[in-house]
Amino acid sequence: MTGTTPLDLTADVVIVGGGPAGTWAALTAAEAGADVLLLDKGYCGTSGPTASGGTGVWYVQPEPAAREKAMASREKLGGYLQDRRWMARTLDQTYANMNRLATEARYPFPVVDGRPHQRGLQGPEYMRRMRSWIKRAGVRILDHSPVTELLVDNAGTVAGVRGHRRQHGTDYRVRAGAVVLATGGCAFLSKALGCDVATGDGALYAAEVGAAMSGMEFSTAYAIAPAFTSVTKTAYYGFATFFHGDGTPLAGAGSQGGRSVIARELLRTGTVLCQIDQATPEQQTQMRIGQPNFFLTFDRLGINPFTDKFPVTLLLEGTVRGTGGIRIAGDDCATSVPGLYVAGDAATRELVCGGFTGGGSHNSAWAMSSGTWAGGGAARFAAALGAHASRRRLVGAGGAGIRPTGRPAAGDAWDEVQDVLRRQVHPYDKNYLRNGDRLRPALAELNQVWDRLRAGAAADPAGTPRLRQASAMVAHARWMYTGALARTESRGMARREEFPELDPAQHRRLTVGGLDELWVRPEQLLPARPELAVAS
Amino acid sequence: MIEIVSTSRCVTCDVCIAVCPTNVFDRGPDGVPVIARQSDCQTCFMCEAHCPADALFVAPLTHAAPDGSPLRDEAHLTEAGLLGSYRKEIGWGRGRKPGARLAVGPELGRARITPAPTPQGELTDA
Ligand SMILES: Cc1cc2nc3c(=O)[nH]c(=O)nc-3n(C[C@H](O)[C@H](O)[C@H](O)COP(=O)(O)OP(=O)(O)OC[C@H]3O[C@@H](n4cnc5c(N)ncnc54)[C@H](O)[C@@H]3O)c2cc1C
Ligand code: SF4
Ligand code: SF4
Repeated sequence: MTGTTPLDLTADVVIVGGGPAGTWAALTAAEAGADVLLLDKGYCGTSGPTASGGTGVWYVQPEPAAREKAMASREKLGGYLQDRRWMARTLDQTYANMNRLATEARYPFPVVDGRPHQRGLQGPEYMRRMRSWIKRAGVRILDHSPVTELLVDNAGTVAGVRGHRRQHGTDYRVRAGAVVLATGGCAFLSKALGCDVATGDGALYAAEVGAAMSGMEFSTAYAIAPAFTSVTKTAYYGFATFFHGDGTPLAGAGSQGGRSVIARELLRTGTVLCQIDQATPEQQTQMRIGQPNFFLTFDRLGINPFTDKFPVTLLLEGTVRGTGGIRIAGDDCATSVPGLYVAGDAATRELVCGGFTGGGSHNSAWAMSSGTWAGGGAARFAAALGAHASRRRLVGAGGAGIRPTGRPAAGDAWDEVQDVLRRQVHPYDKNYLRNGDRLRPALAELNQVWDRLRAGAAADPAGTPRLRQASAMVAHARWMYTGALARTESRGMARREEFPELDPAQHRRLTVGGLDELWVRPEQLLPARPELAVAS
Repeated sequence: MIEIVSTSRCVTCDVCIAVCPTNVFDRGPDGVPVIARQSDCQTCFMCEAHCPADALFVAPLTHAAPDGSPLRDEAHLTEAGLLGSYRKEIGWGRGRKPGARLAVGPELGRARITPAPTPQGELTDA
C-alpha cells in the first residue's frame, strides 16, 4: 500500500491524463470557473499517441448533406453500433473546437484555396499548444505524476485521487469535487507510436469504484510498421503493394481490408515485404510534407519506401485504435459512479465509431468532444457539491497491486505479466484472428495471473505505478476476451473465425465488468437502422 | 530508441528530462542528461523535437542499436544531416516556419489491395 502522502492538494476538478481528451476537459472545466489540476503519468504535451503521431480530424462543414454523408459512410464498417445523435453532436463539437484552435490557440493550419485546411493536426504542434492554452486558462499541471488509484467518500462518490511523483520520489493525494479519467486506451506496451503510456490504467480505476466497460470486444487493432520500428502510421500504406519474403505479390494484402492477410503471412513465415509503389512523384512529395514523422524510420535506416521492398510488422494497438472503454451513462460523459467522468480512448467510442475506427479521424474528434463534455460535467458536479466537498472522509479504492488480499507473491509480478501478455495477448492468432478455442485457454491463464496479482502483488511507493499498470493490462485483456467470447458473430473489428457472419440477433452493445469475477451483459437490441430509410 | 546525447551540443536545459513521456533520462553530474532507462524508451522522437540544441538522436529501432552501428556514431549522423533532422522537418526552432502550416498530404482514396499475380508473374492492375 502507498504509504505517507507528503503532498496534499485540493482541486475542484482533477483531470487524469493530458492527451487531447484531458487537455480539452481541463480547458472546459477551467473556463466554467473550476479550479483544475491535471495529472499526467508522462508529460502533458508529448505523452500519448496524438502528441507523437498526429491525427486526421473528423472536421465536416455544417452542411446537412456533408454531415449525412460523413455519418453514413462509416456505419457499415462499425457494425451499425453507432448512435446518430452522438455522431451529430461530436461533429458539432469538433467543428467548434477546431475553429477555436485556429483563432484562440493560433494553431498554424495550412491554407488551401484561401481557406484554412482543418482536417488534420500535427501532433507535436497540437499538443504543445494545448499545454500552453490550458496553462493560460489557469490549469495547474503535474507531470511525471501517475495516478495510482481513485479515492471515494463513504457514499462511494469519487472524491479524489492518489498517485506518485516519480521524478521527486514522493506520493501525493488530491481531494477533488470530481474526477475526469482521460488516460487513453491500452496498447499493452507494444511500442506502437507513443502508446507505451496507454496501459489502460483509467479502466482499472473505474472498475474498482464500480463502473463497467462497453465494447471491449472491439480491441483487435494492429497497425503496420516497418519491422523493428515504432512508427505505426498507416494512411500511406494505402499506396502500397505487399509481397511474400521471396518478392512475389501477397495477394489480398492491404492496409485496409487486407490486414489480416498480412497477419496470416507473418504467422506462417515471419516475413512480409512492402513497397509504396503506387504513389505518383507528386503524391510522394505531398506525403513528406503531410506526415514528416512517417519518413523518420525510412530516412534513418536508409530505405527508400517508394523503390525498395522493406519488411513490415503489425504492432498491437488494442483499445487505442479499437473502440472499447469505460461505459458512458450521460450526455456529459458521466459514468454510473457519481463524481466520475470519462473522455477519449479511456471511454467507449462505440457511440461514434461503433465497432471499428480504422483510418481514424473519429478518434481525435471523439477525444476533443468527449473531453469538452466531461470537463463541463465535472465542473458542474463539483460546483453543486459546495462546501461539503472538503469535509468528506476519503478512502482509497485501489485493489490489485496496491492492497494485496493475501501473502506476498513469490517471483516478479511485472515479469509474469509481461510474459503472459506476450504469449496470450500480442500474438495475431490470439487477439487478432480470434477463435473461441484459443480465446478460452488464454482467458483462463489471464484469470490465474489476475488472481495471483490480486492476492500477492505489492511494491514500495516507487514501484506501485508499474504494478498498477500491470494489473490494468491484465484486467483489460480479460474484459476484451470476455466480450469477444460473448459475441458469437463477426461485427465491426470483432471477428470470430468460427462465426464469420453478422448476426442480426446480436445487433446490440455488450457491457462487461467485474475484477475478480467477470460478467457480461448484452444491452437492448438496437433499432433496425431507421435512418437508412430517410437517407437518400 | 534514444541512442545519443551529444555532450558537445547539449546546453543542459533539462527539457528532455521533462518532456520524455516514459522518463528515460536522468540529470548527469555535469548537467548533461544520461540515458538511464533506455529499455523504457518508446521511440516516439518527442525528446528530439523539443531539444533546442539538436543534441539528441533517436534511432528508429524498438531495440537498442548494436555496438558499432552507424546509428550510434555521432560524427556519422552529423555528417549525414540526421542530428536535428526531425526538428527541421516540423519547422521548430528559431527562424523556421512551422511545418504544420504546410502539412497537407495527398488525397487518400480507397486503400489498394495487392492483386494476385498473373501466370506471367505480372500484377493484374496498375
Ligand atoms: C500511430 C497512431 C496514429 C493515429 N492516428 C489517428 C488519426 O489520424 N486520427 C484519429 O482520429 N485518431 C488517430 N489515432 C488515435 C488517437 O491518437 C487517439 O484516439 C487519441 O490519442 C486519444 O486521445 P486521449 O487523450 O484519449 O488519450 P492519449 O492521447 O493516449 O493520452 C492519454 C494520456 O493519459 C496519460 N496517462 C495514462 N495513464 C495515466 C495515469 N495512470 N495517470 C496519469 N496520466 C496517465 C498518458 O501519459 C497520456 O498523456 C492514432 C493512434 C496512433 C497510435
Ligand atoms: S533538451 Fe537537449 S540541450 Fe536540453 S538537456 Fe536535453 S539534450 Fe541537453
Ligand atoms: S524517443 Fe520518446 S521515449 Fe525515447 S527518450 Fe525520446 S522522448 Fe523518451
